[in-house]
Amino acid sequence: MSNKLRRREVVETLLAGRGDALVVAGLGAPSWDITHAGDHALNFPLWGAMGGAAMVGLGLALAQPKKRVLVITGDGEMLMGLGSLATIAVQRPRNLAIVVLDNERYGETGMQETHTAHGVDLAGMARAAGIAQTLRVNTPAGVSRLKRLIYAGKGALFAQVKVDAEKLPLVLPPRDGALLKNRFRAALLGPDAAHQ
Amino acid sequence: MKKKKAESAWPDELHALLADAGVRQVAIVPDAGHARLIKLCEKDQTMRVVRLTSEQEGVALLAGAWLGGDKGVLLMQSSGVGNCINMLAMSIACQFPLLMLVTMRGDHGEFNPAQVPMGNATQAVLEAMGVLVKRADSVAELPEMASGALRLAFNTFRPVALLIGQRLLGAKDFRKLTKSVSE
Repeated sequence: MSNKLRRREVVETLLAGRGDALVVAGLGAPSWDITHAGDHALNFPLWGAMGGAAMVGLGLALAQPKKRVLVITGDGEMLMGLGSLATIAVQRPRNLAIVVLDNERYGETGMQETHTAHGVDLAGMARAAGIAQTLRVNTPAGVSRLKRLIYAGKGALFAQVKVDAEKLPLVLPPRDGALLKNRFRAALLGPDAAHQ
Repeated sequence: MKKKKAESAWPDELHALLADAGVRQVAIVPDAGHARLIKLCEKDQTMRVVRLTSEQEGVALLAGAWLGGDKGVLLMQSSGVGNCINMLAMSIACQFPLLMLVTMRGDHGEFNPAQVPMGNATQAVLEAMGVLVKRADSVAELPEMASGALRLAFNTFRPVALLIGQRLLGAKDFRKLTKSVSE
């Protein structure tokens, strides 16, 4: 075991006392991580859509400007949607936070290295795109600070959290996409959502 | 002159249709065929225009929009359809309503050979993913087809693409553009 942060501890910390925050998770490990912290109607774990997690978060943040929207995804998933950093920066959503759990690996496919294992700086790319707050996190104190910034909700935020490349048992959310969508909308918008 | 005026009014009719339906998020990768509609949406205080770097971002954006209670539309040209294919799996798997208004390239009277393969494949690849595809080739039928596509998407919770044919839009003649940019 390295002295790096452990992804499930990071996610548990970020989601503890989440209130009415809306949470989107990228496919693979981040979806298992948010489910490990507790399945929740206001979780939207992706089973596919690689490269799309941050944009799902943007659409949700623009639709719900008074709610905090938290996207938790992986480095491989974020690398597939780098253009969305530019799109998000231009929209300046005050209520959107993107947290990349960066283990420098494609975890679901055999732990192959991603570009971040070879120096690609995701937080630097987010900063260069123009996202208001960007940070790199690699200590428990950094995670606490990140949590404060997420829930303060002052401008779009992008965090690259360096985590250990540990292989963990999967914790699966429901995998029926229509169920995930409908329970999310019912929890957020009320029973009338089914009649929109 | 009268005919030209009537033809130029279709973007206004599409804008009115989107506004009446309560569309809030307008995701775009620009196309010349959508230029006027984009301007109308940008002026509309009830709409948020989101410029994308790639069309697949729009599929994901509008999934998030619907999760949050917003209707949206994706404006793009047919070459961008190829960029959307894998992301459309989410629309299908989760039964997200998605309205795509796709201006065609590589279609009637095309000049640019590079546009033809994707233009020719647009309908087939969308249908292969399970997207319902409708098509308008004349100004006369466009508003009705757009209204039907919009209702189909939002009433039945599925991705629907309306292809707006190049016969309606007119094909750009690159040779003319080498002589003057004002044409």
